[in-house]
Amino acid sequence: MSDTTHHIVPYRTYALILLLLLVLTGASVAVTQIELTRWATVVALLIASTKSGIVLAIFMHLKFDQPVYRVMTISVVLLLIVVIVFTFFDYGFR
Amino acid sequence: MTETIAHHDEHRDDEASKLGIWLFIFTELLLFGGLFVTYAVYRHAHPQAFHMAAQQLDVVIGTINTVILLISSMTIAMATTAIQKKDKRTTLILIVITLVLALVFLINKYFEWGAKIDHGIYPGSPLLEELGSGDTLFFGLYFFMTGLHALHIIIGMVLIAVILVRVRKGKITFDNFQLLENGGLYWHLVDLIWIFLFPLLYLIT
Repeated sequence: MSDTTHHIVPYRTYALILLLLLVLTGASVAVTQIELTRWATVVALLIASTKSGIVLAIFMHLKFDQPVYRVMTISVVLLLIVVIVFTFFDYGFR
Repeated sequence: MTETIAHHDEHRDDEASKLGIWLFIFTELLLFGGLFVTYAVYRHAHPQAFHMAAQQLDVVIGTINTVILLISSMTIAMATTAIQKKDKRTTLILIVITLVLALVFLINKYFEWGAKIDHGIYPGSPLLEELGSGDTLFFGLYFFMTGLHALHIIIGMVLIAVILVRVRKGKITFDNFQLLENGGLYWHLVDLIWIFLFPLLYLIT
């Protein structure tokens, strides 16, 4: 009620974002089906990361919410990246 | 409970409520993040078996389910916009569409799992034992990760059904819609997890 700053996201924004997500999905399917071998994996994961960034920013309102949510989300993503990198330092150099 | 307590002195803290669902989302990201690392490590250890096994997954069903989840994410996000615009009818329609899409996702998953099981591929099956540890690990992770994700879909459907009833009864309104927004946030998390499961299991072969 006192929350007068609550942002109303227009339908149009959501529709455009969905369109963008669908295009990115199509791109990742195309890239992996054409078989660019190693690069296909990298591109597919980069596209997935981009898509999740868009979902977090728009659908999950991180772009419009208070900074604290962005800071926390980025921290968790960094933690995940650290875990993944360290695991691969271990398994990659055995 | 809420019928009796819903007076004007009702205690409510929307911001804390949202913070709570975000903290829960972080634990979920770490849970699935751990599974993704497990998958990556075993893939690294058995590249050939994972390559062959991943090719057996149906990219078409995977893509259809990705599209379904993306659309359902949009409809539940739009439901929050609709309730803020005091448009109860559109809110209800959007929530119902979300539920229907979730159900279609599960039906696809049922046929997909069914086809695998018919081919003798299920955890602990004699065929997988014969194929070796690489295939066992791939399909073990496939069934576990998609199964855990499907469980999240079912829980999400229950949550969204509760929200549907509360909007209908006028308990979720333009100035009291945090539950709808939180349900949406949870639903986007389910979408987010699938955004990574799809390329990891279906696309990268």
